[in-house]
Amino acid sequence: MIEHVLQTLPQVVIDGLALGAVYAIVALGYTMVYGILELINFAHGEIFMTGAFVGTALFLSFSAFGWLSSMPMLLSLLLVLVATSIVTGLLGMGIERVAYRPLRSAPKLITLITAIGISFLLQDFVRFITELKKGNYILTGPSLFTGQVSISASSIWSGFHDASVKSSFFIVLVTAVVMMVTLDFFVNKTKWGMAMRAVAQDRETAALMSVNVNKVIALTFFIGSALGGATGVLFAIQYGTIDPYIGFILGLKAFTAAVLGGIGNIRGAMFGGIVLGLLEMFAAANLPIISNGILGAEYKDVFAFSILIMVLIFKPEGLFGKVSIEKV
Amino acid sequence: MKKWLNVLEQNKRLQAIVIAVYIVVTFISLYLAQKSVVAFLLLLSSLLLLHFTTFSHRVKWVIGIVVLSVLLPLAASQGEAYQSYMEVATLVGIYIAMALGLNIVVGLAGLLDLGFVAFFAIGAYTYGIFATTQANNFMPFGQYPLSGESFWVFLIIGCIVAAIFGILLGIPVLRVKGDYLAIVTLGFGEIIRIIFNNLDKPINITNGAMGLASVQPPKLFGLEFMYPSQFYYVVLVILLLTIFVVRRLEYSKIGRAWKAVRENEIAAQAMGIPLVRTKLMAFAVGASFSGMMGVVFAAKQTFVDPTSFTLLESITILVMVILGGMGSVPGVILGAALVTILNLQVLTELTNWLNQLSLSGVVSIPDALSPAKMQRFIFGVILILFALYRPQGLLPAKNPRFDEKELKSGATNMVDGKEGAKDVYFNG
Repeated sequence: MIEHVLQTLPQVVIDGLALGAVYAIVALGYTMVYGILELINFAHGEIFMTGAFVGTALFLSFSAFGWLSSMPMLLSLLLVLVATSIVTGLLGMGIERVAYRPLRSAPKLITLITAIGISFLLQDFVRFITELKKGNYILTGPSLFTGQVSISASSIWSGFHDASVKSSFFIVLVTAVVMMVTLDFFVNKTKWGMAMRAVAQDRETAALMSVNVNKVIALTFFIGSALGGATGVLFAIQYGTIDPYIGFILGLKAFTAAVLGGIGNIRGAMFGGIVLGLLEMFAAANLPIISNGILGAEYKDVFAFSILIMVLIFKPEGLFGKVSIEKV
Repeated sequence: MKKWLNVLEQNKRLQAIVIAVYIVVTFISLYLAQKSVVAFLLLLSSLLLLHFTTFSHRVKWVIGIVVLSVLLPLAASQGEAYQSYMEVATLVGIYIAMALGLNIVVGLAGLLDLGFVAFFAIGAYTYGIFATTQANNFMPFGQYPLSGESFWVFLIIGCIVAAIFGILLGIPVLRVKGDYLAIVTLGFGEIIRIIFNNLDKPINITNGAMGLASVQPPKLFGLEFMYPSQFYYVVLVILLLTIFVVRRLEYSKIGRAWKAVRENEIAAQAMGIPLVRTKLMAFAVGASFSGMMGVVFAAKQTFVDPTSFTLLESITILVMVILGGMGSVPGVILGAALVTILNLQVLTELTNWLNQLSLSGVVSIPDALSPAKMQRFIFGVILILFALYRPQGLLPAKNPRFDEKELKSGATNMVDGKEGAKDVYFNG
């Protein structure tokens, strides 16, 4: 049994890293908004989904115009990523302006309800447009970066089997790392990042220190949503087929990742995402073997969810979070 | 207009005439025009009219029960559409009872539960497994299916099983901050569906995605409740009981504790309310209503499968509560009725109508826009608009007002005090 687990390990790690990178960046959106507003932005999973659709639509129209073949692949990827980020970033800002800002002093329950409303609205809107244009709401993008690369893990240790990866894996990983490093730099080293941290710490005091709180919150939503949308594009490239309902479960898991890393903590969210992706792929590959066929791979969602419950029971502040004390 | 309404409010006899005329007219129109869905809905909405009259509560209840148990079935029974009308009415009843359960969790205790349909599924499967041959696969003793007479026992069992699951889910989650609850329940709803979908191996318990077919209909004294027209009465009785229980709970000690927790957790704790236990109680009670209606649903559909228990269902019930008014029993009843009828009647009728229009070539509506597919859009819009502009819902919850002087004088006159209190109970 252990032998088999070890044999598949290289493949599991590679798949897990790709999935984990997606979780990590989506988790960033949850954690940034939660850190600043103490609000679970339910619509974030849908922003990710919208990003996937916008990106795929751009790729499709690029290939319809014949641009895909006439310009370098990486350039078109970059163009699509930037365009999608801007679209979803503005979408996130708009959502904040319309649905969250008027309710900032309302009970939290009400804000959560608008968040769910927004997420339903987005799902149906995307379904509607896709179905109108394509006749079917399940969309398959052009296949890009499909070259297979074989990693000879058996040369490292003979117990491993060789793993094979699509070249899109490297695209996903590199882009994700670049985005995370840039964000980390932005939050920790720039003036606007400092303003964001100040607002997250204490909104009123930050306002007294002449930080424009509304602008900072809008910026947070823009960045979080832009990253989420760009991740959607990466997801579409890596997995090919998308539908308007992918955002829900994925958002749930990314939120789990954010909780795992300590909600409100940006580096924690990155770490939590990677860990969750690895664990989930490990579970998907090995659950049937470990449980002697009782639990199939379809229980991997259940597995991710039980991690959330475990974290909430034993370490609700997450791996890197601070314990918060509520004061009256 | 306002003047007329004022006059109407002052004069009970006028109210009686108006409502009697309304009921008679809608009754006759449904009786004569069997295919008219509008007449059916108008007759149903006489109950809403009744809600706004100033009769005493006993009178309101009697009229309401008469309309529901005699007039509505009688008026609808004259044509072919009888069973489909009763089907709609039965489903409305089931959803009202579920929405009342969710209202306890969301409206009274202020906990956002997005996986409410999981408890519904648990109830449905509890009855479904034992009322089909399915239980033979894993039960070491007994002969299955159990007969339809066991339905009445399963109403209670469904309650208890769902409540246990509610507590099991609540224990880890309710200790941490409130917002996590929403997302964990969301996950829970999805997980329960996945588990039911895959629990056909290694032991076949739920029959997986195939679902459980030919669930035994309930039986009482040898009478089988097979048709919607018969089932309607089962649901009606359960619904009346539910409304009674919910009303009593709302003004009981635990009900007031729920409201206190909703308004301010820390203040409630300072007043000596055990926070976790109160929240768990709300969770368990809400879940048990849902579980009970799950049993009813399984017996009514005679078929259970995982696709009936998606996130969309959970959100549908949430929309009912938000639309009607969180914490308000009449509001939630109205909200549940509106949403269910919108789902079952209005959207399908509109789709049919549009299809006919496009067939005859008047306008061409793309298939993507067909109203039956727009549920998510409509629910999303309702949630956003109501949360932004009318968070208290269509019929807002009213807190009972107590007159200090009256209460003090009531202390010397216990009988009057009790009478007064009773009136307050039903005024809410």
